[in-house]
Amino acid sequence: MQRYSFPNLLWQALRGNKGWRPVWREPRLKKSYDVVVIGAGGHGLAAAYYLARKHGIRNVAVLERGWIGGGNSGRNTQVTRSNYFHPVSSSFYDHSLRLYEGLGSELNFNIMLSQRGLIQLAHSEHELEIIRRWCNANRMNKVDSEILSPAEIKRLAPPINLCARFPIIGGFIQRRAGISRHDAVVWGYARAASALGVDIVQNCEATGFEIAGDRVRGVHTINGSVSAPRVLMCVAGYSSHMGSLAGLRLPITTMALQAMVTEPVKPVLNVVINSATVHAYLSQSDRGEIVIGGGADIYNSYAQRGGLSQQRAVISAVLELFPSFSRLRLMRQWAGRVDITPDTSPLMGLTPVAGLYINCGWGTGGYKAIPAGGDTMAYTVANDRAHSLIESFSLARFARGALIDEGAAAGVAH
Amino acid sequence: MLRIACPYCGLRDEVEFRFGGPAHVARPGFEVDDATWADYLFVRENPAGLNFERWCHAYGCGSWFNLVRNTLTHEILLAYRMDSPKPALRT
Repeated sequence: MQRYSFPNLLWQALRGNKGWRPVWREPRLKKSYDVVVIGAGGHGLAAAYYLARKHGIRNVAVLERGWIGGGNSGRNTQVTRSNYFHPVSSSFYDHSLRLYEGLGSELNFNIMLSQRGLIQLAHSEHELEIIRRWCNANRMNKVDSEILSPAEIKRLAPPINLCARFPIIGGFIQRRAGISRHDAVVWGYARAASALGVDIVQNCEATGFEIAGDRVRGVHTINGSVSAPRVLMCVAGYSSHMGSLAGLRLPITTMALQAMVTEPVKPVLNVVINSATVHAYLSQSDRGEIVIGGGADIYNSYAQRGGLSQQRAVISAVLELFPSFSRLRLMRQWAGRVDITPDTSPLMGLTPVAGLYINCGWGTGGYKAIPAGGDTMAYTVANDRAHSLIESFSLARFARGALIDEGAAAGVAH
Repeated sequence: MLRIACPYCGLRDEVEFRFGGPAHVARPGFEVDDATWADYLFVRENPAGLNFERWCHAYGCGSWFNLVRNTLTHEILLAYRMDSPKPALRT
């Protein structure tokens, strides 16, 4: 792997930048692997990387139907935060945020992490009460969190309109939250995993599983069959379909979550803003675009395109908060297939099929979980035992009634 | 924007409707075990293709009805009364 460093950049520049090589290999699919990961989004690539680096399992293939990071990993709004309510959630997401904090140097790839803070707005006394409870829960869980007055919010986000139809009467901030560059996270993990020997095979759709008794033996693909004693599924919106090929029935609904960006402008907003009441969140990217997201479309969809009515609702919410943005033109709008669970918490761990593991159910918030999802799933696959941080997120929780309802507790935006 | 044909009011815009999840999910009796009950409560077919689903014309006549819609193309094939049997369409 060619390392990125100042001397190397200088050396390559002096040679006319003709010495750079592709940053990951394009291997042919072998007949057998120790572990096959289906899905080369952030979660799949991170799991492969940690399998190779922390567990010494390098004979790993990551299969991808399209190109790496072309699904939800390249369609999200790049927000990282760990201010969840329940202890099991906040300890997991804070582990993820801590991994993000060191990820650029670990992968030798600039993920452009900017911990600019995320403000959750309160628009009524009742919401402020709930936010105080939420903020206190964060602090009990050792996640940084502070209540803000409207004046403090105005100082951190000057263009905000405090006297909107739903006036802003307070909020709270997690200062360690922020944004990073989603493509860089995918490419960084792919490059590091490839350098450790992981085969990333693009344009290779998995079409089924080889299962003998109750144990997985391999995966069928459009490029032939691969045998593997352990298989990890990280296919987000296609989890129900892929799971059904292994006989699994999953509590997942696939919906379209859209996002959009405006034309780029000079820096106006150096914080991430989230409102549950008007249901919109936004931040300004390093390129200057205002990146906007909101609620998912109301019906099941695999179409990867959002409906106009939801788009209109999100834009009107944003313009209530930031009237000056009404003069910006919208440049692009897109949608991802998000895999939503009934309790809005992820689904991770072992399955009834021995040797088959799942990592899905991230719904509208999987980007922030990429490092911890990869780390804990690598442990789970390597040891055939759920990592302690994800025991509560098992498929078995639904039959036990042990739901982790972050939708109600921390306003997870599904 | 979907244009949905309410069986009672005719073709209307999506914003008048509320989505009600999958149709034809039969509720099991109370004597079933936890796994069967959890399956009923939480598991969804979630097909990539034809989906049989419930809608309510909330900001119109207020009636519930069923719809067959393709989740890949958003094409709407059929709207029918809730008490009708599941139409025999190839999924």
